[in-house]
This record gives sequence, C-alpha cells and structure tokens, in this order.
Amino acid sequence: MASETLARDVAGSGARAAARSNQSAGSTARSLTFRIWRGDAAAGHFEDYHTQVSDGMVVLDAVHQIQSESANDLAVRWNCKAGKCGSCSAEINGMPRLMCMTRLNQLDHEKPITVEPMRAFPLMRDLVTDVSSNFRQKKNIRPFTPRPPDAPDGTWRMAQTDVDRVQEFRKCIECFLCQDVCHVLRDHHLHDEFVGPRLLVHAAQLEMHPLDVIDRTGDLKDKHNIGYCNITKCCTKVCPENITITDNAIIPLKERVADKHYDPLHMLLKLFHHKDPGSAES
Amino acid sequence: MAEYETHSYDVLVIGAGGAGLRAAIEAANAGVTVGLVCKSLLGKAHTVMAEGGVAAALANTDERDSWQTHFADTMRGGQYLSNWRMVEHHAREAPARVRELEAWGAVFDRTPDGRILQRNFGGHKYPRLAHVGDRTGLEIIRTLQDHVIFQQVEVNMECTVVSLLRDGDRVTGALAYDRERGRFKMYSAGAVVLATGGTGRAYRITSNSWEYTGDGQSLAYNAGAALQDMEFVQFHPTGMVWPPSVRGILVTEGVRGEGGILVNNQGHRFMFDDIPENYRSQTADNEEEGWRYTQGDKNSRRPPELLTRDHVARCIMREVREGRGSPHGGVFLDISWISSKLPDAEAHIKRKLPSMYHQFKQLADIDITKEPMEVGPTTHYAMGGIRVDGDTQMTTVSGLFAAGECAAGLHGANRLGGNSLSDLLVFGKRAGEHAAIFAKQNPAVAAKPEAVDAIVNYALEPFGRNSDNTEGPYQIQHDLQGMMQDNVGIVRREAEMQHALEALAGLRERAASVAVPGNREFNPGWHTALDLANLLTISEAITRSALERKESRGGHFRDDYPAKDEAFAHFNIVVSRGTNGEMNVSRVPLPEIREDLKQIIEEEK
Ligand SMILES: Cc1cc2nc3c(=O)[nH]c(=O)nc-3n(C[C@H](O)[C@H](O)[C@H](O)COP(=O)(O)OP(=O)(O)OC[C@H]3O[C@@H](n4cnc5c(N)ncnc54)[C@H](O)[C@@H]3O)c2cc1C
Ligand code: SF4
Ligand code: SF4
Ligand code: FES
Repeated sequence: MASETLARDVAGSGARAAARSNQSAGSTARSLTFRIWRGDAAAGHFEDYHTQVSDGMVVLDAVHQIQSESANDLAVRWNCKAGKCGSCSAEINGMPRLMCMTRLNQLDHEKPITVEPMRAFPLMRDLVTDVSSNFRQKKNIRPFTPRPPDAPDGTWRMAQTDVDRVQEFRKCIECFLCQDVCHVLRDHHLHDEFVGPRLLVHAAQLEMHPLDVIDRTGDLKDKHNIGYCNITKCCTKVCPENITITDNAIIPLKERVADKHYDPLHMLLKLFHHKDPGSAES
Repeated sequence: MAEYETHSYDVLVIGAGGAGLRAAIEAANAGVTVGLVCKSLLGKAHTVMAEGGVAAALANTDERDSWQTHFADTMRGGQYLSNWRMVEHHAREAPARVRELEAWGAVFDRTPDGRILQRNFGGHKYPRLAHVGDRTGLEIIRTLQDHVIFQQVEVNMECTVVSLLRDGDRVTGALAYDRERGRFKMYSAGAVVLATGGTGRAYRITSNSWEYTGDGQSLAYNAGAALQDMEFVQFHPTGMVWPPSVRGILVTEGVRGEGGILVNNQGHRFMFDDIPENYRSQTADNEEEGWRYTQGDKNSRRPPELLTRDHVARCIMREVREGRGSPHGGVFLDISWISSKLPDAEAHIKRKLPSMYHQFKQLADIDITKEPMEVGPTTHYAMGGIRVDGDTQMTTVSGLFAAGECAAGLHGANRLGGNSLSDLLVFGKRAGEHAAIFAKQNPAVAAKPEAVDAIVNYALEPFGRNSDNTEGPYQIQHDLQGMMQDNVGIVRREAEMQHALEALAGLRERAASVAVPGNREFNPGWHTALDLANLLTISEAITRSALERKESRGGHFRDDYPAKDEAFAHFNIVVSRGTNGEMNVSRVPLPEIREDLKQIIEEEK
C-alpha cells in the first residue's frame, strides 16, 4: 500500500471538509430571538429571550445559554446532547424534534424561533412534560419470553438477517416524539386506551423477536387497541432514529392481529394498504 | 420541622444506569424489597450513551480468547494498580452476564454461525466486545429497564439524593428531593447501593452529561467512606472538536476498531512513531498488518491506533502542540479510506457505525464515509471512585455498597474500552446480591428527625439568599470546569495543581453564597446549585490525589515527573474525610497478588 500517499490524501480531504464545515456552521456570531414557553399546568405564556449565537450551535445550546444568562430556573430535560437518550424532545417552530440535534442554521432566523413543550403530554413546567403514561403502558405489554436455549451452554443461535428487523425497532431512544404527533393521543387524549406508536414499536420488537414465544395479538387488539391507528404515518415522519414505524412495525402487527382474529375491519385495512399505501396520509 | 415523605426498603439502590439496574434486579431476586432512585427518567442514564461494546471473553469471534487473557489484558491496561480480585471476578463472570442479557431480550450483532459477534478494541488482545452497531449501551440499558419493571422493584424517577443517612457507623438510608415538585423524601433501608456514575462534569471538555457531578463519590465521602485512585481520570482520545458547541462529544473507539486511522495535518500516520515498550510485541509494525488485524486476521497484530487510550490521547496532544494539528485543534480520524479496501465501504460504515455517521452528518456536516473527522481528547471516565471490597462491593462504611463507574478498583490507572459495561453487569450483580444479604441481617432504621431537618434546611438555603446581589450557580460551575481543565487536565504540573487547590477554596466560598430564583418545582438552577458541593469535593479529591502521585502512569500524566516510577507501583492513593472535615490523603499498599494469577500475567506477557 502506498501508505504515506493515502495519509496525505486524508490530510488534504480533512482540511477541505473542515473548511466546508466551518462555512455551513456560519461562523459569524449574531443575536437571535427565542420564544420559549414558560409556565406550569395551571397557566403559561411565551416569553422572548435574546441571546448571542454562533458556530454550529443547536437549539439546546441556545436554551442552555438562556438558562445560564437570564432564566436560571428554566426547566428543560437533557442528558446526552448527541441524539442518543431521547430526553430533549420539544416542538421547535411547531415541529416535534430533539433540541440537541436541531442546528440553528436549519431554522429561519428572520422570525423568533419558538420552543415549546410536547403538547400531547400534560405539562409539568416550561419545556418539561409528564411522560409517565409511556412507562405505565409498557408494563401492560407482556415481557420478552424466550424459547429454551438452542445449545447446551444455554445460548441461542440467530442469523443476522433474522435480527435485522428487530434491531431496527430496538434503536428506539424513547423520545416519545411519535406519541406527540399521533392524533389518537394528541387530539383525542386516549393515553390510557391506546398504547401509541412507541409502544407498538416495542410490541413489534417482541412479536418479531426470533426467540420470543408469546402471542400478543389478542392484547394488541383488545387491550392496546391497535385498531385506533389509522395509518396516517405522522409518527414515522418525526422519528429521529428513522424507524419506519408504520410500514415495518404497525402494519405487520395489524396483519398478524387480523390473521389471528379475523377482524373484518382489519381485513379491510389490510386490503386498503396493499392497494395504495400512500392514500391514508394525513 | 421539615416536611417529607418516608419510604422504607430492604435495599435502596441509588442510580439506574447499568450498575444500578443490575443491582436492583439481583436484590429483588434475593427476595428483599427494593427501591430504585435516579435523577433522570428511566433509561436515560449515561449507560444509554455507550457505543462500542461490552467486553467479555466469550471466544465466539476468536476461539483463543479466555478469561485468563482478559484478566491479563485488564491488569496490563490498569498498569497493575487494579484490585486483582475484582479483575479476576470480572474476567470470569463477564461472559455469563452478557449471555444473560440475551435471555432477557438483548439482540447483539451476530457471527455467521448465529452467535454473539465480537469486535476489536484498544488493549484487548482478541476481538472481545459484544456489540450492537455503535449503540451497545442503549441495548443494554433498555434490556435491563424492560426487565426491571417486571421485578419487585419500586422505581422513583427524577429524584436526587442530597445526603446519605447514618445510624452510628452504619449507613441506613438517604434523603432526596423529587425534581418535579421539590418535595423531600426520606428513604430508610437495610443496605444502600450507590451506582451513580462518574465525575466528568468537573471538566469543560467532556463526553459526560449533566448527571456526572460525582454525587455518589461525594455522598460516600461525606458519610465517611474512602475514595481511591481519584487521580486517574480517563481522557478519551477521540472527542469531536468542531463546531465548538459539540466539542467533547464522543467518537467511539469502534471507528478505529473497524479500521479508522489517525493522521496529522502533514498527512503522516503518527501513531506508528511511538509504541510503548510493553505493547511492542502485540502491535503491528506496518500498515498492512494493522489493516488485516481489523479485518479479523488472527495472525496479525493490532494497529497502533488501538493502543490504550491514555497513550493515544497523549500522542494526539503532542501532534497538536507541535503544530501538526487539524484546523480546529485536533487531528484527523479517517474511516473513509477503507473504500480502497472494501467494495461496499459506504454501506459497511453506515451499518457498523450508524450513530457516528448520523452525529457527524447532523452536527458537523461531515460525511464520514467520504471525509475524515476532526477529533481530540475529551474527559470521559473516572477510573477512581469509592473504595470497595473486591468480593462484596461493600465500601469502607458498613451497609453502604458501590458499583459501576462510581466505584474504584477494576480499572487501576487506565480503563480498557468495553470494560465498563461489563463492570456494571458483573459488579452490579455482586453489589445487589451482597446488599440483599446484608439487609436480611440488618433491618431498615428510620433516621432521626433532627438529622433530616438539618439536611433539608441546608438544601433550601439557596432560596433564602437574595438573588439580586449574589451569583447564580451556572457561572460558578462554568468557572470550576475551566479551572480544572486548565490546571488538573491531561498534562499536570505541581504548581498548577497547587494553584487549583487555592482556586477551589475560592470557588467553595462563592458556592456557599449562591442564590437561585424561582421556586422548588423543576428548577434546574436549584439542582445545579446543590450539585456544586459534590463537584467541589471530587475536584479537590482529584487534585490532592494527583499531587500525591509524583510519577506518570496510565491516565495520570505529570509533566514534572514524566516517567513511570517503580516506587509508586505498589500502592493506591486513598482520600477520606478527617475528623475536622479536612481531606486526608494516604498511600495504601496493594495486597500481594495470588500466585496463580501472577503466573497468568507472566504467561500472557
Ligand atoms: C459517550 C460514552 C460512550 C461510552 N462507551 C462505552 C463503551 O462502548 N463501552 C464501555 O464499556 N463503556 C463505555 N462508556 C462508559 C460507560 O458508559 C459508563 O461508564 C457506564 O455506563 C456507567 O454506568 P453506571 O451504571 O455506573 O452509571 P450511569 O449509567 O451513569 O448511571 C448513573 C445513575 O445514577 C443516577 N444518579 C446520579 N447521581 C444521583 C443522585 N444524587 N441521586 C439519585 N440518582 C443519581 C443517575 O440518574 C443515573 O441513573 C461510555 C461512556 C460515554 C460517556
Ligand atoms: S400511523 Fe397510527 S400510530 Fe402513527 S401517528 Fe398515525 S395513527 Fe398514530
Ligand atoms: S419510535 Fe422513534 S419517535 Fe418514537 S419514541 Fe422511539 S425513537 Fe422516538
Ligand atoms: S439530550 Fe439526549 S437526545 Fe437530546
């Protein structure tokens, strides 16, 4: 291998990439206005904050800066600041997103940038909502139960191709942004009846796990009310992990439910889906 | 009298990362009542961020691996300061702990014959890290979380412990506030397990979240327990350096494990320039051999990019200091070059390193399948922490146990990548088991109301001060982080550290008069103010320990004593609280290593 030539290429291409990254970050400092929701369950309002932003900042950086400069008690959740923990969900200019993964240069600077809490959940304070329903609902889904081990040493054999599908679902960071946009929860407040897209992804992960032996289709139909989902696909659009929630998790689950329980409505939906998967979008 | 709720459990576990969850599961299995408290929501602890993998000698990918080799690798990585008993338990038990996760639903990447796949990581002789792409921590924490909710464990989320409670010489509970409303909660318990994680927030450039303020270490210290090895802070060689707002975010070692190379601005692959003597026989001497190693060739030796973290971090610092750094003050890390080796490199990189691809694309506008990344060292991990017994995880205080990153002993002077996730599982389990045994013999005791009152009053003090003429907590925290970064960072000197001690005294005074506006409901200003005391305690412990170790070893590098010194090879530095509240530093000799283990080290040399 002509190794030093390769390494020289690396340095050259690295310098070019760094310069480009500089440019896209927008290195000039400027003041921006953030319109942030302040308040608790009883009452709240938007408040404007001005702060100096620069170089590739994300919305969470700006919120932290405001918190340390002028609003010490501004409530906000975060942990990883790298899109891995799913703590910093909010609605930014009306769009459900992770604050730590939303760069300011993706947003319109002419108008104030609005940051508000997820609206489908009860407000605790400022940007923090009560997402405990998701944790409660998970306990209602029957846990992973494996078949007996394949090998005498207590281990199993699974091919990578057989686990690819569940690995997609297991990428979920529990940000609950999908729950936030699902109209069944957001508009109809059926948190106690309908488990919502996040937990349907969880159920799919269990149902399609190569080792799991439990049949949850009855529960999905009667307890978790998968039928409430009318495949609008809004959840899929906001998932920061790019999980194809509807096509890969919910629809196959609905098909399993229909196959096992001959529910005429689900049979129709299935037919409908096969004809034109796009037409149900809202 | 202060108002507070009371709860009583046999075992109280503080922290819900890998270590805390595993401890809670084990204690519940032993048939005792268990309470679990954590500062964040369930599933958001630091463990969720771990990327590269969990180390266990499963010998799936390379059948030559064994617990003995894992033992020797860990001892060598820790520069022989580790508690050998813990290293032995860890190496022997990690495989079972990983397999058990599979029985609870974890889905690791697979070998062609359907077993758990393992990857290469620095300091591990064979491919040893079970992984799921570059999101292994998420897989582990979610598996444990989804398992714990079906056990007899009461979970108290978003609840922060401010002090441990004692009855005589024994720890018997903890006082906490809930973040949502700021109400106080008194937990009494037969035994308490600390699993609160690390201390990275003492530094400005760090891969750690707001939670890492050294709470467990500080709580234990204040309750009379000893801390050890606090001078050993791991600076991970590869953090993001650009843009400034993401500086410090981790770039997994998995990038190098998959064949990534480090290059300076002159296009030189500098890691070949300086290979430490004790690793020379295991390190490739040409690039081709290094590449073959990353692709699983069993006859090749590892590339120098996979030397231990302390060494790689210092090599990067050297390049930057001597003017050969990248435009933003790091060096280049390149994985895209493997396209000259593999036909489907782009898809391969995205499959093996999905979150790295994502992270750079979204935060820096860099496509890592096509261009190099810029990287530099970032504060990452605390090797030191609470001193524990190698079999039971009990601290030096009766009834108090510790496991995971907040405990010390396994990693010595330097932790090998992947050895933390396995640490959590092995010692989380042990702590849970022994805490349950202890609790069965020692029933919970309710704290005296005066003791609780005193803590509550202390915790509410920042509200009583007038916030118009005193500072808020964020500025003090910021100044502390900058001060530690500058004076007790990667390269240390006597004078700077002496200065740090004075600066800490000044910061302590400022912290004592900090004021917060607003009320007790979900008020991060208040939370930050209370965390300050912990940060100050552990910063002082790090500084005093670093002053005491007048040599360079593992994660601890002294510019004024740049060599390893045999005279410092035989003791741990231990700090504990003196009777007048002063911090005492002492040297505690390492116990003689068992003969059979010594032999393993010799054989694996
Ligand atoms: C970005 C990154 C990548 C990493 N990658 C790897 C890897 O690939 N392999 C590996 O082996 N290691 C890796 N590590 C290290 C490893 O992830 C951590 O060391 C490990 O997860 C720590 O686990 P823990 O259970 O000890 O603590 P954590 O997971 O940090 O949990 C601490 C818990 O304690 C709680 N807590 C803290 N203080 C209090 C308090 N006062 N009151 C109540 N609760 C409290 C927190 O809320 C939290 O629940 C990585 C670390 C980082 C930062
Ligand atoms: S597809 Fe179903 S689950 Fe998803 S948002 Fe629409 S109704 Fe909700
Ligand atoms: S499925 Fe996607 S959007 Fe929904 S909680 Fe998980 S990561 Fe978030
Ligand atoms: S802080 Fe973790 S996802 Fe944003």
